[in-house]
Amino acid sequence: MTNAPAASEDPGRVELDAASSEPLHPAAREALVAALEQGYADPRRLHRPGRSARLILDNARAVVAEALEVRPDEVSFTASGTEAVHRGLLGLLRGSRRGSRVVHPAVEHAAVRHAAAWGGEPVEVSVDEWGRVDAAELAAAASHPETAVVALQVANHEVGTVQPVDRVELPDGVPLFTDACAAMGRLTLPAGWDAAAGSAHKWGGPAGVGVLLVRKGARWRNPFPGDDRVDERTSGFENVPAALAAAAALQAVVAEREAVASRQRALVDRIRSAAAAIPDVEVVGDPVDRLPHLVTFSCLYVDGEALVHALDRRGFGVASGSACAASSLEPSAVLAAMGVLTHGNVRLSLARDTTEADVERLLAVLPGIVADLRAEVGR
Amino acid sequence: MSVDLELDCRGQRCPMPVIELGRRIEDVDVGQTVGVVTEDVAARHDVPAWCRMRRQEWVGEDAADDGVPRFVVRRLA
Repeated sequence: MTNAPAASEDPGRVELDAASSEPLHPAAREALVAALEQGYADPRRLHRPGRSARLILDNARAVVAEALEVRPDEVSFTASGTEAVHRGLLGLLRGSRRGSRVVHPAVEHAAVRHAAAWGGEPVEVSVDEWGRVDAAELAAAASHPETAVVALQVANHEVGTVQPVDRVELPDGVPLFTDACAAMGRLTLPAGWDAAAGSAHKWGGPAGVGVLLVRKGARWRNPFPGDDRVDERTSGFENVPAALAAAAALQAVVAEREAVASRQRALVDRIRSAAAAIPDVEVVGDPVDRLPHLVTFSCLYVDGEALVHALDRRGFGVASGSACAASSLEPSAVLAAMGVLTHGNVRLSLARDTTEADVERLLAVLPGIVADLRAEVGR
Repeated sequence: MSVDLELDCRGQRCPMPVIELGRRIEDVDVGQTVGVVTEDVAARHDVPAWCRMRRQEWVGEDAADDGVPRFVVRRLA
């Protein structure tokens, strides 16, 4: 392992892809190390190590509940954010007494779109040029008698636009699932949902921990085989130490939220105006009502994959929604639904410790890189 | 539909078909049409987006004789 790259030892690099995975928060590391010793046992067992693991798991649940302002018995830990999405959405679908239609905007995360297609009959609703769905249009689509559930993300994972979760007035008996994976810890959880999902590694917890929230009284039925665990909504042996670490990170992130978000908003504003000043670069997503740490733009006549590689060679780690930079060779469904350029796309997402100097270094090289890539293809 | 200029972008990867469109749009007169023939799936979204950014008219999608998608644009300026 001596050859493993250590980002923290390389002062030259600036990683701007926290929306894919935020580096582990120091609070999570501390909790994880302590819980690895104390929380290894089966939390269902009555012996001392089992009771210790159970105590840690219950503590993690209580901390997450407090941070998200929900009840502890509404919190379940899953093996990933994707699993939390699957269980949350499909559990509401299974609990429905209506039909099998799953109404959602075209810009939902792939985990939601795949789950809707797997378990029911997806009905897509269009979005505006900022990627936002109209609350009344979504409710109108949900008024069909066969509608089982509506899915609406808290904020978009690619362009940052906040969705009107707490303003959607659904017909009686139609529950709302909200994918909060991109927003959890960064924005206050909106009201109005029946089930919600989060992902710990997106707020600085360890990977492999998802959070499923099911409102007290919601008609949620387990969509998968049951398992006689501590928590009837999940299955399999809980990763108790990682759940505690995720909870510790969430608590810390919520405590720091105001200060970090206001710093990030200012940096994103700076990036937005500098990127928009480059010829034929379009900054996408809502400029104001958005995630604090994320900004996306598309550069006309530029290959997205080449742009990601060129930035990487200069020491900047970024993501792209362009087809040529995706494993699927399909362009981003989010950008396509918004009607914006899918090629030459870059998503920058700031970590909690990204500095103004980091951002200025990127902005100093970006126009030249874009110009060079265009020159290579004669533009 | 008939087009005034057809660009053969078969086998080209994104964003080459849009680059070709940008390079050749002035080969037709204002009011005439250009068809971009390509299997590139991104072009379906990027040609209309290019029209919006470049203030040209997005006419629509049909297919070339061999069934490859064709994206048609009218030059407005």
